[in-house]
Amino acid sequence: MKKSKVFWGYAIIALVLYAVVQTLISFGMVNTHYQNMLITMCINVMLAVSLHLVIGVTGQFSIGHAGFLAVGAYISAICTMKLGMPFSMAILAGAVVAMLAGLLVGIPSLRLRGDYLAIATLGFAEIIRIVFLNIDYVGGAAGMQVTHQSTWTYAFVGTAITILIISNFTNSRHGRACIAIREDEIAADAMGINTTYYKVAAFAVGSFFAGVAGAIYAHNFYIIQPTAFGFLKSFDILILVVLGGLGSLSGAVLAAIFLTFVSTYLQAFPETRMIIYSLVLILVMLYRPTGLLGTKEITDLFKFRKKGGTKV
Amino acid sequence: MLKVNDIDVYYGNIQALKGLSLEVNEGEIVTLIGANGAGKSTLLKTLSGLLKPKRGSIEYLGSAIDGKAAQSIVKAGISHVPEGRRVFANMTVEENLELGAYLRKDREGIKKDMEHVYELFPRLFERHKQLSGTLSGGEQQMLAMGRALMAKPKLILMDEPSMGLAPLMVKNIFNIIEMVNKEGVTVLLVEQNANMALSVAHRAYVLETGKIVLSGSAKELQESDEVKAAYLGGL
Ligand SMILES: Nc1ncnc2c1ncn2[C@@H]1O[C@H](COP(=O)(O)OP(=O)(O)OP(=O)(O)O)[C@@H](O)[C@H]1O
Ligand SMILES: [Mg+2]
Repeated sequence: MKKSKVFWGYAIIALVLYAVVQTLISFGMVNTHYQNMLITMCINVMLAVSLHLVIGVTGQFSIGHAGFLAVGAYISAICTMKLGMPFSMAILAGAVVAMLAGLLVGIPSLRLRGDYLAIATLGFAEIIRIVFLNIDYVGGAAGMQVTHQSTWTYAFVGTAITILIISNFTNSRHGRACIAIREDEIAADAMGINTTYYKVAAFAVGSFFAGVAGAIYAHNFYIIQPTAFGFLKSFDILILVVLGGLGSLSGAVLAAIFLTFVSTYLQAFPETRMIIYSLVLILVMLYRPTGLLGTKEITDLFKFRKKGGTKV
Repeated sequence: MLKVNDIDVYYGNIQALKGLSLEVNEGEIVTLIGANGAGKSTLLKTLSGLLKPKRGSIEYLGSAIDGKAAQSIVKAGISHVPEGRRVFANMTVEENLELGAYLRKDREGIKKDMEHVYELFPRLFERHKQLSGTLSGGEQQMLAMGRALMAKPKLILMDEPSMGLAPLMVKNIFNIIEMVNKEGVTVLLVEQNANMALSVAHRAYVLETGKIVLSGSAKELQESDEVKAAYLGGL
């Protein structure tokens, strides 16, 4: 009963947020620049939350998330531009293929741990990028033209579904199993948790939503190029998760929103942009080494106030 | 209840167990003592399905379990308290205990067993909302044992439960092992503290470089000169 109350609380906040922004857009009060920023923000939130499931919840240090973003982007673009499919179907197709790519990458590499897993996922992401780079059907290095179809509605719905599914997963029995793996894989094994299954499952679900983000990304910029999906992009996503606090979903969301603001406003100063961006990161890490929220969620902060108890 | 028959276990090319055989009967406390690196933890990991023997067989309640996955072994009633406690540090005491019952579906039974664990370890109840990473070493050991009991095991494998504990706490832990055993759980206990282990056990095995070199009732081994010299620190 209490749980469903919380759920409806969030649902109402989300609907109000959506309606307000949508109204502003309909009345022409948000120019394309800001609309773009909002969509980018949603894309970053989806990327951060999906990688949070892999790194923050399950503890698998994957740093090749941009690879799955690329799969979602290219597959959805092929669906709309070459096959003439509707955008919503293209998003789904991009996500499913990204998930399959996640399974393909995850099954062999999730046997590895720590640094080795990081290197393997980074390598796989580069392979994916280079494959697209060398397929003329999708334009090779020159990139692929994509019509603009992403709207605030698509971006928002995609983000809401991503957060809903990943937070439900985390709070379920399956999520507990994933957290146990993060905490101590050997002990999790000894409890009878099928650790390989859950690692691969978390990876596949994470890749699926990176694919959704990729589809919305592809249809927001008129063109997609392999260079956009290099390891720097993977690091950008990783930064969102680390900055938010490893293990905190709301932290990942906040970090994604915050850094999208920072980097959008810094676009006016291209020379100093990277310097200021890096400074912001260094400052946050100096003063909050566990990230903005640590492993806590925003709701924990309120609970703490009300009851004065520790983590529930 | 448990019959290990001539098993070889390897880590890559390194052979850790060499033709090891032993037996545990229902209701017993059997202890396995041996120096560092003798292969004690390796044996427990093999029994609980974390490692697979290359040769030989393991029989539990009449059916072969060698090569089976850890899940099905836990389900069959063998639970493992791993070396070094390995509690889930960023989870509360209660969440740790819940994970111990991960494979069980009987909510009522889980609740009852949790209350029982709290009876055995009142300290855990006092701290049931505390993050387990902030417990003391002894409390973490209690939690590791409690978590293993939550799986409702018939056979519990304990890997050096006294490691790093103060003498009083060691005594406490061994008392609890005896209590758990009296409630009907069979115990296979790996220990460095041979003195204590032999005083609670019914039977014992001595392991040296992957082989059983001595076995007998705990009394016999306590009085054997070899054991005294090598493991009890005196002549
Ligand atoms: N993961 C591993 N990879 C390679 N060798 C290992 C591994 N784990 C253990 N070994 C080796 O296997 C042998 C037996 O180790 P094991 O951990 O079973 O010893 P032990 O009897 O439990 O010792 P201790 O009392 O120190 O815990 C040792 O020689 C050890 O170096
Ligand atoms: Mg050991």
